[in-house]
Amino acid sequence: MMDTLLLSRIQFGANISFHILFPTITIALGWVLLFFRLRYGATGQEKWMDAYKFWVKVFALSFALGVVSGITMSFQFGTNWPGFMETVGNIAGPLLAYEVLTAFFLEAVFLGIMLFGTGKVPGWLHTLATFLVAFGTTLSAFWILVLNSWMHTPAGVEMRDGVAFATDWLAIIFNPSMPYRLTHMLVASGLTVSFLIAGVSACRALWGDKSNGVRIALKSAIAIAAVLIPIQIFVGDQHGLNTLEYQPAKVAAMEANWETQSNVPLLLFALPDEEARENRFEVAIPNGASIILKHKPSGVVPGLNDFVAEDGTPLHPPVSPVFWSFRIMVGTGLGMLALSWAGVWFLWRRKAPLTEGLGKWYLRGLVAMTFSGWLATLAGWYTTEIGRQPWLVTGLLTTKDAVSDVAAGMVASTLIAYLLIYAALTALYIYVVFFLARRATTGEPIVREEPKSEAPLSAVPLAPAE
Amino acid sequence: MAFFSDPGQWLPFTFAGLMGLSILIYVVMDGFDLGVGILFPFASDDEKDRMIASIGPFWDANETWLVLAIGLLLVAFPAAHGTILTALYLPVAIMLVGLILRGVAFEFRAKAPLTQKKHWNTAFFVGSLMTGLSQGFMLGIYIMGLQYTAATVLFALMTAICLALGYAFIGATWLIIKTEQALQAKAIAWAKAGLGGVVGGMAAVSLASPIVSPRIFEKWFAFPNIIWMAPLPLLSLALLIALWVGLRRLPDPDDKKAWLPFAATTALFALAFGGLAYSFYPYVVPEQLTIYEAASAPEALMIILVGTLFVLPMILGYTYLSYRVFGGKATALRYY
Repeated sequence: MMDTLLLSRIQFGANISFHILFPTITIALGWVLLFFRLRYGATGQEKWMDAYKFWVKVFALSFALGVVSGITMSFQFGTNWPGFMETVGNIAGPLLAYEVLTAFFLEAVFLGIMLFGTGKVPGWLHTLATFLVAFGTTLSAFWILVLNSWMHTPAGVEMRDGVAFATDWLAIIFNPSMPYRLTHMLVASGLTVSFLIAGVSACRALWGDKSNGVRIALKSAIAIAAVLIPIQIFVGDQHGLNTLEYQPAKVAAMEANWETQSNVPLLLFALPDEEARENRFEVAIPNGASIILKHKPSGVVPGLNDFVAEDGTPLHPPVSPVFWSFRIMVGTGLGMLALSWAGVWFLWRRKAPLTEGLGKWYLRGLVAMTFSGWLATLAGWYTTEIGRQPWLVTGLLTTKDAVSDVAAGMVASTLIAYLLIYAALTALYIYVVFFLARRATTGEPIVREEPKSEAPLSAVPLAPAE
Repeated sequence: MAFFSDPGQWLPFTFAGLMGLSILIYVVMDGFDLGVGILFPFASDDEKDRMIASIGPFWDANETWLVLAIGLLLVAFPAAHGTILTALYLPVAIMLVGLILRGVAFEFRAKAPLTQKKHWNTAFFVGSLMTGLSQGFMLGIYIMGLQYTAATVLFALMTAICLALGYAFIGATWLIIKTEQALQAKAIAWAKAGLGGVVGGMAAVSLASPIVSPRIFEKWFAFPNIIWMAPLPLLSLALLIALWVGLRRLPDPDDKKAWLPFAATTALFALAFGGLAYSFYPYVVPEQLTIYEAASAPEALMIILVGTLFVLPMILGYTYLSYRVFGGKATALRYY
């Protein structure tokens, strides 16, 4: 039987993994929608409004899933991790409060106007609502990443009787890893959305949709991805250097490097063995890790064996999950690089229609990569969050000291319920996104025959509420 | 005034007030959303679409008041947050599942294939009902001092049903404002039928609390408190009678009075909530922990208060804008 600590960790991990899928989409999709809306305002071309109309539906769906899974998390702080707020509540509290006050209400209220306000509000107010929703989601990301980064690299506090007290709010907000983590996540959101739009648009193109709305959505998405991916590789590198400075044990685990030494190879494949404290089946590029982390072959990279207590208890994170998550993230990123840059050739240089010959295979590749952003984002979060263990707040609070004393059986039962719901909802979400794409492609009417209601409402054909 | 010169006193009090206000706003505003969901099985498919349209632009913001309330509990009274939520572990989990079902059903019922719509309607109803019941259960257990015995669980089951009924009632009064013709007539009938449940629920809580807690008994019935507090139950009684009479006179020919039952119900909820708040003050965990003991550091509270005073008027302002934009009878909701 697993204990409450492990079960609570799995539960929170499952919850936050499920949750992050949707903000990752809404943060950037809000700005893309604003772009479509502004282009429509500037050109008056229907294709921009077609793109807006389709993607606003996906936005609404993603937003709803983000809201309901986010509420779950705010309660789990209390139900499963009471020690977190009791120890660092003076810092986490104000940051979370500011997120709710400045971002949540803004998004929620203007989402109503953005989704349903046409015909009721003037065009400028609708554009403003779209802007405020995008701004709200980004502001929300800012506050939560401030808090998360502070948990990785705490600053601006002093401990009194085991409780953290703020001494410098600017140092708390602009803590050492915040600028890197925030940028990395915002760009990740941009990439996730561009591959989502590209994948779904490619799918519609393969189904025979020749509309301009699909074509400009595809082009916009590929252009955004092609620009963002090199930026992301650079930001990721900088973030890694920041981690090396403040959380060397995490970097040691990412590289599965056991001894602190120079000329450390970059491992392409390995099976880290924590019992024997060595790697099996290494496939490596000589000096690779030293070059990436220190920018020279003789660079010294910290090793995991430096982070072991006198009695042999490891003070570093579990190695395999961090090592492999990191590789999945980087591998997916390289796939994104290849596909988006190939797309620049396919969409702007190649003369033949995309649905013929090689172009068809390219579109299929995009469809396969529709949710690649999710994969990379999750793998990246696993790298950094598992990489923080055994700490919940680095140096201040361990994960096991924060957990509640709720019975393991209770946590197990809620965990199973959550897992079933999350799995079902994720599957349904993907299904409905493609269903909406199918419906948009075939032009099958959304409005069903409505029984006529009594006058005067009957004059307005009632569409299903959406 | 010593009270206002000591931030260790007035800050926790202010935050208890803010938290109470958020809970009250939540109970009224998401109360009518949830109520509309609980009434779903009694409506035809066409009516269901109209009912959804009456809450579609608002529900998300309404639910955010719950996040703010729980956030304020979390940030202002961290010690109480842990104690209360671990004691309410299971009902909280059931509520969360309910909120998830309700929230996603809004979207999926409009976007999934039409053949699946009836399943999402069911999910919308079940999610709304689960949420209302579990919140009522939590209220009951909270009143009973977060203790689980056969008697307290029985009491909590009763408050669960009463709160769900209360939500259905305020949901019906909301529909009276937002609908017309046959659906409005139906909503009036629902409200009439639900009024008895509201009376029963309020009576049960009012009687049970002083019986369970001698401290609460003392606060209400000792002289001179009984005089000061008398207007509260009397006003509630007057409102209930007004509702009983008023609902019989609806619909009125020019629809001028359609908003009255909702306003009266909101006032009733506020009075009941005020009574509960008075009963429990100064405790945040009943009989165990006061708001002054559980409060965060004054510095942290001050930071939040400054932000709150600045942002709250803006939130109320654009919430007002949204209700203005979507005022009047509910019409079909459509994207762009």
